[in-house]
Amino acid sequence: MMEIERTIKYDADRVKGFGKEVMGVPGCEQLKSCIQCGTCSGVCPLSIYMDHTPRQVMALTRADFKREVLRSHTIWLCASCYACTVQCPREIRITDIMYELKQRAIQERFYPKRFPIPVLAREFSEMVRKNGRITEMLLVMKLFLKTSPLAAMGNWRMGLDLFKTGRFSLATEKIKGRKDLARMLDAVDAKKGA
Amino acid sequence: MKYSYFPGCSLKGLGRAYEESLLPVFKHLGVELEELDDWNCCGATAYMAVDEGKACVLAARNLALAQKSGHAQMLAPCAACYLVLNKAQHYLQDYPAMKTTVDRALGTAGLHFTGELSVRHPLDVLLNDVGLEAIKQKVCRPLSGLKVAPYYGCQMVRPYATFDDQYNPTTMDRLLEALGATVIRYPLKTKCCGGSLTGTVPEAGVRMVYILLNEARKRGADCLATVCPLCQFNLDAYHAPLAAQYGPIMVPTVYFTQLMGLAFGLEQQGLGLRRAAVPFRWRPGTAPGPQPTVQSPQAQVKA
Repeated sequence: MMEIERTIKYDADRVKGFGKEVMGVPGCEQLKSCIQCGTCSGVCPLSIYMDHTPRQVMALTRADFKREVLRSHTIWLCASCYACTVQCPREIRITDIMYELKQRAIQERFYPKRFPIPVLAREFSEMVRKNGRITEMLLVMKLFLKTSPLAAMGNWRMGLDLFKTGRFSLATEKIKGRKDLARMLDAVDAKKGA
Repeated sequence: MKYSYFPGCSLKGLGRAYEESLLPVFKHLGVELEELDDWNCCGATAYMAVDEGKACVLAARNLALAQKSGHAQMLAPCAACYLVLNKAQHYLQDYPAMKTTVDRALGTAGLHFTGELSVRHPLDVLLNDVGLEAIKQKVCRPLSGLKVAPYYGCQMVRPYATFDDQYNPTTMDRLLEALGATVIRYPLKTKCCGGSLTGTVPEAGVRMVYILLNEARKRGADCLATVCPLCQFNLDAYHAPLAAQYGPIMVPTVYFTQLMGLAFGLEQQGLGLRRAAVPFRWRPGTAPGPQPTVQSPQAQVKA
């Protein structure tokens, strides 16, 4: 059976106020002036893998199509190379808008289970909060264990290379001011709650 | 010349060869680096996908600590740290609400940041504070005959092109030429290496690495020179999955600081050259090169 999907969005699919909310975040204001020229999609080295191009994500976000945007692969494929941001003729900070959309997708769990990119963001932030620093090999191991243990086995050659070149280190890096750091991060949440 | 030094997690981990070569090279040039006491992770790109306020706080703690230790300038060799620390400065300047949040968070640990600190990349310091003439004077083993593809990656030049051109950066080209190397034309010098996608979405990430390495090989490069630990890791460590898909491309990727160390005749054991998975075996000839005749290269420290 051929699976068909409606490609045109209806007004009923919108979540009113979503675009405005995103445009209210520091760094995302300029989205309102997008002229849909498509420069972002043209310069993006990853747009060939995306379901919605960056230009479409800009339009969908501004027009309140929250579910379409947060479910899109696009936000996760953005590698933070900033090519779109520096080329945009309207000075829209597209990379920062992608960060904002990732945040919302993580908060509202709009991603497939075991999808590695949000897992990486979560493991990364937990490690920073706990230790103040990232122990890279430990982070990579955690990521593989929580997403695809089999893929980790497939990368044995890399593990061997890293071991041979003295880069395979699991000794945890920690800072002295861990309590201070946790208090600082909590202060940001406290302000939001206030 | 004295700078606070922010190594970042990578330079203590997978990118340790960067630190291993950077420190002796800067010492040889008479630049004093003082590692920031108790520095924390800058937040990198991952933290921005969690909470931009907390990401700013992470960066700001380091800025505040550097200022507290009496420094006006901080060296951040990792391209991601360099970007994030600069980005936090921009957020603090442009968004009063963000500044209030960050000030309050720093205050809980008795810290304060006034904004009077410039975060600099080693290439910026080398070209603008030390100067190419002073660097040329230290070259005793020129890299004659070595063909290098200068690869800058994304985050040193985007979005804040602070000391080099955004579309066609040349600081590393000029530095490598001063070392006697042949700099090849490499139009992909600022194309993305895939960042963390090599690990998370390898079908896309590894292909980006392939494009970069294949272009360097086609243009006859003996190696790529990089300014970023993640670029180095991606271009170096994925050679096996890349070979399985596209055939082997064994062009090594080294840090520009490693090439400097070789040209300065520094102890090779100490430059982290054995850290690469794709080995870089080229070594400069033993014959000392011509000494440039430049008088008193007074390095100027940026105000």
